[in-house]
Amino acid sequence: MKYLDEYRDPRLARRLLAELTATATRPWRIMEVCGGQTHTLVRQGIDDLLPAGIRMIHGPGCPVCVTPLEVLDRAHAIAARPGTVLTSFGDMLRVPGSHTDLLALRARGADVRPVYSPMDAVRIAAAEPDRQVVFLAVGFETTAPANALAVQLAGRLGLENFSVLVSHVLVPPAMTALLQDPDCEVQGFLAAGHVCAVMGWRAYEPIAARYRVPITVTGFEPLDLLEGILMTVRQLEEGRAEVENQYTRAVRRDGNTAAQRAVAEVFRVADRPWRGLGPIPASGLVLAPAYARFDAAERFQATETATREDPECIAGQILTGARVPTDCPAYGTRCTPRSPLGAPMVSGEGTCAAYHAAGKERTSR
Amino acid sequence: MTDGDTPGLLASGALTPGALAPGAGLACPAPADARRGLGEDAVVLLGHGAGGRLSEELLRGVLLPAMADGGEPATAAPILEDAAVLPGGPAELVFSTDAFVVDPLFFPGGDIGSLAVHGTVNDVAMMGAEPFALALALIVEEGLPIPVLDRVARSVGRAARAAGVRVVTGDTKVVGRGSADGLYLTTTGLGRRLPGIRPSAAAARPGDEVLISGPIGLHGTTVLSTREGLGFEADIASDSRPLHTLVKALAEAVPDAVRTLRDPTRGGVAASLNEIARDSSAAAGRPVGIELDESALPVPAPVAAACEILGLDVLHVANEGCLLAFVRPDRAADALAALRSAPGGAGAGAARIGRVTDAGRVVLHTLLGSRRTVEMPTGEQLPRIC
Repeated sequence: MKYLDEYRDPRLARRLLAELTATATRPWRIMEVCGGQTHTLVRQGIDDLLPAGIRMIHGPGCPVCVTPLEVLDRAHAIAARPGTVLTSFGDMLRVPGSHTDLLALRARGADVRPVYSPMDAVRIAAAEPDRQVVFLAVGFETTAPANALAVQLAGRLGLENFSVLVSHVLVPPAMTALLQDPDCEVQGFLAAGHVCAVMGWRAYEPIAARYRVPITVTGFEPLDLLEGILMTVRQLEEGRAEVENQYTRAVRRDGNTAAQRAVAEVFRVADRPWRGLGPIPASGLVLAPAYARFDAAERFQATETATREDPECIAGQILTGARVPTDCPAYGTRCTPRSPLGAPMVSGEGTCAAYHAAGKERTSR
Repeated sequence: MTDGDTPGLLASGALTPGALAPGAGLACPAPADARRGLGEDAVVLLGHGAGGRLSEELLRGVLLPAMADGGEPATAAPILEDAAVLPGGPAELVFSTDAFVVDPLFFPGGDIGSLAVHGTVNDVAMMGAEPFALALALIVEEGLPIPVLDRVARSVGRAARAAGVRVVTGDTKVVGRGSADGLYLTTTGLGRRLPGIRPSAAAARPGDEVLISGPIGLHGTTVLSTREGLGFEADIASDSRPLHTLVKALAEAVPDAVRTLRDPTRGGVAASLNEIARDSSAAAGRPVGIELDESALPVPAPVAAACEILGLDVLHVANEGCLLAFVRPDRAADALAALRSAPGGAGAGAARIGRVTDAGRVVLHTLLGSRRTVEMPTGEQLPRIC
């Protein structure tokens, strides 16, 4: 199968694993930042195939997981208003806020619609002018360009019934925050290929140099990950700390400059709280003043409902790689994809959900 | 909510945080029982109809207990087959009913009419029976163009004739505009059990081989792509088709060797295999599991591409034209040959995809040589963010 089979060839995988075993002379801890990569690692059982000393630490790169509870509660409050259509990507609909989730609100009469693209939300707004259409815009650098284009399109169409509830986050500041933690165990990073496809990898070069960590831009197929891990281990063994690109078929150093321009026009960088990690300086995007009229948070002034994280959930420690899901006493019992306590169990990209879908068993009580 | 002038669901009192917290979708910590999330103030979610864990909770938590003999649950975990056997008479009768709600009504490879015939024909066939009669009920929304109804009705007729069943009775109701999504169909089917074949979801035993009659994932990805205009619809078509000819071929070629038949519709192959492992474990009184080989799964390239892009697990995607057959190992090769050469070509792409174990769970051997558990899907299939 073109573009898939080539990156799942068992013979090549065995060769890469053998090379990895031959290369690694001591234990190394590598973080894959992206939830999509966590998903592939766990789904394909790559974790279990790696040489004993190589440990993957699952990073905070699931946009669903790191969206703050306050944003979810606000989205839920907006969705519950009459005459409002709340749109978002499918996996946001199941994320629990303090009190409910969007699917439960829909079942009780709220107009909640999953969309595949923010452009679909703009189309709904154009087709239903008597309803306020809100797009819950979350995600990393990957989804920001399409969301920027949607806002630009709504502007050109003069839509007064379209707005976005923005909770965008940026990867490099999160990596920096992790590395500044004195307890950080990460010795090398796999940088998310699709983020770099948009933004390039210039932003990673000062991080690699300052913190002496190798960073490998890596794709999402099983062989991409094996090769990315091998390239990172090679750097670690050789004492290098550079940015290297495994994902050459999709990523250039400068990224997609047209997409970057759209993001730069519509958004500006701001401090941003991350669910489970807390506030990280300059780690998010908010609407630029010229587009502030599309801000759903401004349009629907709602006093916050009291947010309430479940005290049992260890999402923060999962997202930083300090613990793995199977360490959690609630994993697989009180916390499952059917009734998640925290966001990493909700999204398919979440570390806890990836572990659960792969049938990993709890190791401690 | 503070907007008293525009009361929404929260503010109007219809939906209060207090009312949602216990008993609703997020009742945690909660016991892992069949009534999870089905308390007094719970409502039905779309996911309750998706054929996964939520569907099972609704069935076992609400519907089955209410209809058990004498108001008492018959057993803690009744075995749920695709159809029921009505004993009596010279030939055992098999009986099944199904409702069809599909958006859009017409899709590449089929429409709601042919789907309604095939779905019930196949449910009857999975009990080892040859279907001979159908009842058809239509719920039509006011405003549906008559030519659309005519097209669907002709499709029902054509599919029934092709499958060799007659539509012998029916009913038509029209509901007001806005009360339904265009057109809903319900079909009920009757069939006669074929000699030499007594399949049951509870009959799989360690050592059995698991066969599939054709490619997986086509129906679900076709309908999703057509509904959302995702652009895959040029490359894929639903596999909707009748499967009773395959069952007949198995009954003739490998009598007494077929343990279990199941068409993996909603919830996909993953849900069917988990149900079979569960019911067979209960019947055998010891763990019955299934091992699948990822390299043997027949996944068409466009289906794999669509699943990649949408973040769906192909094992969770609905099928309408393939069956899973659990066969005694000594007859597996003959069963595979019978499927592949069955009249009409419905089993031409049949493959051996795994075997039954005594491990109690459904496990996939990945292409890379590792193992992972195949879980029951939870609820609706939702596209992921990136």
